[in-house]
Amino acid sequence: MLKLTINGQEIEVPKGTMLLSACQQAGADIPTFCYDPDLKLAGSCRMCVVEVEGRRNLLASCVTPCENNMVVSTESDRTTEARKVILELLLARHKVECMTCEKVGMCKLQDYCYRYGVKDSRFAGEKGHFAMEDPNPFIERDYDKCIMCTRCVRACEEITGAQAINVKERGHHAKISTIFDGKLADSTCVFCGQCIMVCPVGALTSKVSMGKGRSMEYDRVLTTCTYCGTGCTLELNVKDDQVVGVTSNRDATYSPVNKGALCVKGRFGWDFIHSPERLTTPLIKENGQFRPASWEEAMDFAANKLKAIKEKDGPDSIAMFSSARVTNEENYLAQKMMRAAIGTNNVDHCARL
Amino acid sequence: MAEEQRVILEYADKIDPKKADDYIKVGGYKGLEKARSMDRKALIDEVKKSGLRGRGGAGFNAGMKWSFVPIKDEDRYVVCNFDEGEPGTYKDRIICEKNAQALLEGMAICGAAIASKQGYIYCRGEYPFVVKMLREAIKSAKDSGALGDFDIEVRMGAGAYVCGEETALIESIEGHRGEPRFKPPFPGVAGLWAQPTVVNNVETFACLPYIMTNGADWFAGIGAAKYPGTKVLTLTGDVENATYFEVPTNYMLRDVVYKLGGGVKGGKKFKAVQVGGTSGAFIPEQNLDTQIDFDSMSAIGAALGSGAVFVMDETRDIVDIVTRISKFFEHESCGKCNPCREGTWRCREIMEKINAGKASQKDIDNLMLLSRVMKNAALCGLGQAAPIPIDSTLEHFGYEYSRKIV
Ligand SMILES: Cc1cc2nc3c(=O)[nH]c(=O)nc-3n(C[C@H](O)[C@H](O)[C@H](O)COP(=O)(O)O)c2cc1C
Ligand code: SF4
Ligand code: SF4
Ligand code: SF4
Repeated sequence: MLKLTINGQEIEVPKGTMLLSACQQAGADIPTFCYDPDLKLAGSCRMCVVEVEGRRNLLASCVTPCENNMVVSTESDRTTEARKVILELLLARHKVECMTCEKVGMCKLQDYCYRYGVKDSRFAGEKGHFAMEDPNPFIERDYDKCIMCTRCVRACEEITGAQAINVKERGHHAKISTIFDGKLADSTCVFCGQCIMVCPVGALTSKVSMGKGRSMEYDRVLTTCTYCGTGCTLELNVKDDQVVGVTSNRDATYSPVNKGALCVKGRFGWDFIHSPERLTTPLIKENGQFRPASWEEAMDFAANKLKAIKEKDGPDSIAMFSSARVTNEENYLAQKMMRAAIGTNNVDHCARL
Repeated sequence: MAEEQRVILEYADKIDPKKADDYIKVGGYKGLEKARSMDRKALIDEVKKSGLRGRGGAGFNAGMKWSFVPIKDEDRYVVCNFDEGEPGTYKDRIICEKNAQALLEGMAICGAAIASKQGYIYCRGEYPFVVKMLREAIKSAKDSGALGDFDIEVRMGAGAYVCGEETALIESIEGHRGEPRFKPPFPGVAGLWAQPTVVNNVETFACLPYIMTNGADWFAGIGAAKYPGTKVLTLTGDVENATYFEVPTNYMLRDVVYKLGGGVKGGKKFKAVQVGGTSGAFIPEQNLDTQIDFDSMSAIGAALGSGAVFVMDETRDIVDIVTRISKFFEHESCGKCNPCREGTWRCREIMEKINAGKASQKDIDNLMLLSRVMKNAALCGLGQAAPIPIDSTLEHFGYEYSRKIV
């Protein structure tokens, strides 16, 4: 065990503990942009800097291993000065558009500016020119709001494995880009939206939810995605009894299957919920026309038809396609019905059904 | 050229650096032979005892650095930092062009010390002709058998100053973006391909053959006690003799300018000298009576750095020069960390405003604040050192700023 003094409090941590975690254990709230517990460390935003006695420079606590007898101060004059200046530097290039920004209320830049009383920037000058049009249906990319934390790059590589985006250029020209600075659709992007999930600011947002409500306006309702049998947890964003978006919960206690990661269907494919075209009762086709029917009637109708076909042409004239959208148990029942009730091995599966 | 003490450059222009046999005729590869006959630990102790400290800028004890390398089953690498990106620095090129075999021998000595069979030379992209020469030199050394089973490969940079930073250099060799890693882990523990790796400068390696053949005590007795040996300096700017010299490390800065350099060009008066490259401090006349060694330079708030010596005469506009320097850092910042990516940009803007006579005291205050935060919080040496020219000129040449302030 290592002994440290953090903000005057003595604390013991096992060897290998990072300073950020030790400070958190000591009750300190350390601001971070690039740090993400599920991703490889970057150590680049420098918001988590703390002052350690005897060290000339401030240390980025997320990438500094604890050492015995360190005396640490997390809100010293030097650290708050550094954090304020970093915020002012980010603000100087930021498209400050909080009035219409989708991310209001969940934006780390906003939160930390509030916490450190940063209203405007002493370093205001040229702005970046990274606005881009990407006509994909899912992800709005506004890099004039990007703070270059590279969490999207790491999530894309480490969680999704798509490696669709990375950093291009250097210095203040550096920006997040697909290969050859193109559109997401022309890259290896699978539109999972993990990049939106990890983005701490309004640079990456969902086009499907745009203008429909911001974090303080909607409730978050945990549910299980109905698209497939994996069983990912998702969070319906519900405003005035309408689903206005889907986010995810990264806490494994709530989201044990997927820890927040979703696919394109789960994250963006929710607009069917309130669609007027949605079927609400079974339909039976008579004389070329569909008419609404009750479940009992529809089930009897199907069972009778199947029986008749089986009697006339034998069990092998019937086949069933099951689906990845149902659970293992339901798929088990499907094959059982075909083998036991109908008497055929004609059972298959299609992931798209 | 009076007062030089040539060790690395003793046979400059007298032998063909490409030919191992030429080098062997003047005593070359004897050091490696000795190193290989020694126990690994004894070899590292010998290098430690010589007091040899890194010539790439940070001045870390070379033997000490090697001693941190864990010897386990995995591969280990010897990497030579030949990025030489500091403007005004060309000593590593001179060393290669005059005595490339000493570099190769030095790397193989390090290989013997850390039980490594593979070396890499990372050469800056602007030196393709040196790369060609080095490859011939390596071939000749391999053919002569002098290097034994130690292999050396040359890799080329693509014109990024930050790739001189050892971990960015490693990323670059691995084929990634040239961005520094956070440390720890240091390369000695997890470097190239996450294996233990020693990164040293060209000049550091080139000292080793002479330490091995003449003994640690001999080397420790040259120049300044705490930073012994010789140093190759490259003079640029307003001096009569803008060329390279090899001097003992207790040589005086004033003598560099006035004796070796032949004084300020055209009989003009001296204004300032910047030592160590673009991130070095500007040194005024009253600090010229300082030894050039690492610690003496630190004591006056400057740095020996790469050994570049840039002299400015009385007519030079300090604020204008520092504005150009701030453009350099804006251009070379890799963009990974906030203080440097954004800070170098704003430093340049404020410097341009001052230079154009449009700034007020408030701008200077903001500049000083920014400089402090960059030094305190930037990820790597680039961002931490970028404000040094600004700070040192505000300190010593404040009047040049005041007269441009509105
Ligand atoms: C921005 C930056 C640029 C650097 N450029 C060089 C360089 O061109 N050559 C070099 O040898 N060291 C350079 N260094 C220092 C290296 O990181 C490292 O300390 C050095 O290669 C170690 O070798 P040494 O101990 O033999 O000096 C640079 C450091 C920084 C932060
Ligand atoms: S949507 Fe998924 S695949 Fe596409 S860039 Fe974002 S993280 Fe990568
Ligand atoms: S787009 Fe968002 S997640 Fe990606 S680097 Fe910018 S701020 Fe970070
Ligand atoms: S200090 Fe500059 S060069 Fe170094 S990591 Fe930060 S942005 Fe890159």
